[in-house]
Amino acid sequence: MSSLHIRRKKQRNVLPGFGIGMGFTVFYLSLVVLLPLSALLLNYTGLTWEKFWSVASDPRVLASYRVSLGTAALAGLLDTVLGLLLAWVLVRYDFPGKGIWDALIDLPFALPTAVAGVALTAIYSQNGWIGSILEPLGIKAAFSPLGITLALMFIGIPFVVRTVQPVLQDAERDAEEAAATLGAGRWRTFWTVIFPVLIPSLLTGFALAFARGIGEYGSVVFISGNMPMKTEIAPLLIMSKLEQFDYAGATAVALILLLISFVLLLGINLLQRWSRKAAR
Amino acid sequence: MAHGAVLTPLKSQKSNAAPAATEQRWVRWVLIGLAGLVLLWLIILPLAIVLSEALKKGWGVYIAALSDPDALSALRLTLLTAAITVPLNTIFGVVAAWTITKFRFKGKGLLVTLVDLPFAVSPVIGGLIFVLIFGRQGWLGPWLDSHDIKIIFALPGIILATLFITFPFVVKELIPLMEDQGTGEEEAAVTLGAKGWQVFWQVTLPNIKWGLLYGIILCNARAMGEFGAVSVVSGHIRGETNTLPLHVEILYNEYQFQASFAVSSLLLLLALVTLLLKNWFSRKSTH
Repeated sequence: MSSLHIRRKKQRNVLPGFGIGMGFTVFYLSLVVLLPLSALLLNYTGLTWEKFWSVASDPRVLASYRVSLGTAALAGLLDTVLGLLLAWVLVRYDFPGKGIWDALIDLPFALPTAVAGVALTAIYSQNGWIGSILEPLGIKAAFSPLGITLALMFIGIPFVVRTVQPVLQDAERDAEEAAATLGAGRWRTFWTVIFPVLIPSLLTGFALAFARGIGEYGSVVFISGNMPMKTEIAPLLIMSKLEQFDYAGATAVALILLLISFVLLLGINLLQRWSRKAAR
Repeated sequence: MAHGAVLTPLKSQKSNAAPAATEQRWVRWVLIGLAGLVLLWLIILPLAIVLSEALKKGWGVYIAALSDPDALSALRLTLLTAAITVPLNTIFGVVAAWTITKFRFKGKGLLVTLVDLPFAVSPVIGGLIFVLIFGRQGWLGPWLDSHDIKIIFALPGIILATLFITFPFVVKELIPLMEDQGTGEEEAAVTLGAKGWQVFWQVTLPNIKWGLLYGIILCNARAMGEFGAVSVVSGHIRGETNTLPLHVEILYNEYQFQASFAVSSLLLLLALVTLLLKNWFSRKSTH
């Protein structure tokens, strides 16, 4: 979130291309994004309020939202803790191989989600590298909500690290040194001086990972097992309603999911504004 | 996404920090060790298992999986999709970023939010909306049917869904960059008599080229790797509408695990090359 603050005093009408640029931008945006998205609202599928309500209150649909929201929230929370650790170590310490560590953080951004899905399933299934260790302990990782959480953790971790890292880098060290001079221990300095500065970025990172997790499909479908009421996520339910040609039902599930996403987007925008203000 | 700011060099904090304002040596190494374990567990393990599973039964099976006609046709479709969608979204990204950052106008905040929209939408919904419009029971379905035009379960649908999903990548990279650069250089060029395109090619483009490449490479990775949205519109017709990520799924569901991981390894390579280039470009763009 680099500084977006806008300093504008002089007039800018000397530069060419505003009319055509604006025209093309709005045209392309409408064609590729806005018109297609409006398909959900313009209701070509004959979705009535009654149908919407019966889909929205269907226990299987409600369960899928519970699974999606619950696992995404848990994954986001764990990512926030682990992401803070990673960001801290990458910003504050020097050690060999640091550049490669830093670059690898972005792997989940660059790796196709289907590949992440099959890889994680192989790791956590009964005879996988980690699954076979967990199995005798009675922990079922793949094909359970735990598996979904693990997949969403993989997808979400770069969001937290990349949000916290720049804030940590820009944070002034003066206050920490002052705290140390006044006799505060390192642990106390962290919680009273450093942590409060990081709160907005930690919340933003959590919200980004959470939002991504709710809509995520590719990395989850392989590891979740897709059992209705237990490990069926909301995006998968849209998919299976489409496969049964229940377009209206798919639209209803999607509308609620979209509403949740937009509320989160709004929240993230507010959080980012807050963290930018806090950073100044 | 905050890629841009990440690689800015530290303000040599290390040297001017008083010794009291850092952790004890052992604490430092414990934290580094823990972070290493997290990285190993979350990132490196998935990377390693793809390679290990892909080569489980040897190179013969690996090569066979990759030279299978269905795999090759999936590769072709993936490359074709990226070759169409990435340039379109790149042109849009440059034009939109120019408009948004070089001029003042009402509703700019709204425009920036709308540009970001596809990031907030589940990929499955990104596919669903095109089925609702162009699908057999969709809005234009009957008309398309009677004119024998196929969009859903065909290439146009895959392109549309991919365009939607990868829409914000380039423009999101350029906006903060061009915002920081302001308009001073361009205005000077105009004052000196440069024409519109000259200003762009000779003043703006050299300033943004590394950031632009960075956006393009991310856009490309997503275009080649998109799964959810494409899965909805593709119809999974082998040899016809199957992209590489969908091919991974099909093989996996047929219990052809090694073949599935062999194809995955190709996409993993794409991801690693993307990371490599991405780091290179962002280092260039901050210098």
